[in-house]
Amino acid sequence: MDTARQIRFIWKPLIFTVSLVPFALVVGDLFQVTGSLGPNPVEEIQDRFGNWGLRFILIALAVTPARTISGKQWLTGFRRPLGLFAFFYVLMHFLTWLILDQGLLLSAIGEDIFKRPFITIGFAAMLILLTLTATSTASIRRRLGKTWQKLHNWVYAAAILGVWHYWWQVKLDASDPAIYATILALLLGYRFWQRRKPARQRTQTASA
Amino acid sequence: MLIKKPVDIRPSEITHKESYFNRRKFMQAAALTGSSIVAGDALPAIIPNGKRAKLEGVVPSEFSTDETPNSYDDVTTYNNYYEFGLRKDDPFRNSQEFKPRPWSIEVTGNAEVTGSFALEDFVNSKTLEERVYRLRCVEAWSMVIPWVGISLADVVKRFKPLSKAKYVVFETLLDRDQMPGQRSRSLRWPYVEGLTIAEATNPLPILAVGVFGEVLPNQNGAPLRLIVPWKYGFKSIKGIVRLHFTDKQPRTSWDLAAPHEYGFYANVNPNVDHPRWSQARERRIGADQDGGFQSLFSASKQDTVMFNGYGEHVAHLYDGLDLKKNY
Repeated sequence: MDTARQIRFIWKPLIFTVSLVPFALVVGDLFQVTGSLGPNPVEEIQDRFGNWGLRFILIALAVTPARTISGKQWLTGFRRPLGLFAFFYVLMHFLTWLILDQGLLLSAIGEDIFKRPFITIGFAAMLILLTLTATSTASIRRRLGKTWQKLHNWVYAAAILGVWHYWWQVKLDASDPAIYATILALLLGYRFWQRRKPARQRTQTASA
Repeated sequence: MLIKKPVDIRPSEITHKESYFNRRKFMQAAALTGSSIVAGDALPAIIPNGKRAKLEGVVPSEFSTDETPNSYDDVTTYNNYYEFGLRKDDPFRNSQEFKPRPWSIEVTGNAEVTGSFALEDFVNSKTLEERVYRLRCVEAWSMVIPWVGISLADVVKRFKPLSKAKYVVFETLLDRDQMPGQRSRSLRWPYVEGLTIAEATNPLPILAVGVFGEVLPNQNGAPLRLIVPWKYGFKSIKGIVRLHFTDKQPRTSWDLAAPHEYGFYANVNPNVDHPRWSQARERRIGADQDGGFQSLFSASKQDTVMFNGYGEHVAHLYDGLDLKKNY
């Protein structure tokens, strides 16, 4: 099999399946097949989805540096599915909060979004990812041309807001959000460093 | 009455165990039915050592709520006890090797009676009471828990605080070997909490030695913890080794960690939000134990009640105090 077919028939289905494992475990634990969600299932589900949302954002952001460093151009193909999974888990996190935590009580939801800054920024990050997901198809990408890349650079803002959202709601121990922040800083720092390199050197690295 | 030196010969060593317990049962029954001939010299309550040991002769209390208590699993696996770790199941997982005996409590400061007391002498009460109380955590979840303990007011009065004593300060054990959470600086150790004398002599607070009719599990604050049902859970300090009577309002551990978020009073108050989240509602933990979708929707939020529903007993303590400023 050539690389294109390998990606299409092996790697993409594999990544798709593995990416669904955290979701499957939540369902399995909910019905007490794979484990249990503990005494506070709503909080547990919300935390797990939120964590996986952040992890997938970071994994998706790692694709481009991985491609540049390894020189394997075909890695680019994984960026979109991983980004979509990031949105999927962020959306599940949001829906858990909206339906299970707040019980769709509109007054409480509105108050939380506008009065609690950590929820405001989390909500903003979710809206950014929603926009990026809605404009992620190949045809829209073609239609938007150069604007598309500009629009999709907002993923950096979403990532920063997401980590900040996590950090802000922690009661005392920020070691977990600090890990996410460090990884995000490395991923963004790498891009910044790449951009500062002269154009000629950059093309050399890319084609190496 | 407080006996300072440990009792050399326990009654259980002289009396056959069975007749001993029968005697206790008889005396408690006598005390309950109002025939008080023997109540005055009833034996102090015995707190057995050993996991899940049954507490004998526990009497019900008029202060108990008739709401359904949470399950044993909820109460013993979902805990905030940072001395054993920050996650909710850390206290359960990391406290099993903890040794709650021998244990002594030091009483210091502005009181007539001070000194170091063995747990058995400190909990020198005729009867253990079961108090089924609502517990409201500052994190906006709540439970109903059947504690077993003795009135804090009785304990405080036995030490005869001087008029100078305006506050009682409580301290948790400091032991990095047994309490792995104390190796990190998440909070300033040892954990410190406090009450005003008026709060401490209110009939509601208890010093708990048990839960579900059994000795307190380590993760719930064995062997001795405070329960103040109208305040957020973090006021109810666990693993107490010291009581200090003072004229100064203490800086408590959470107040030191985040003074704009946690105050000295920490009364349950739906009208004063935590700076980062609402306190208007709370989630009652574990409404459905069987999993499935039902468990997600049965645990819906309920409105939080002022003073956690204990206002008739405690609201007068705060007359003239601005509870928005004194959060």
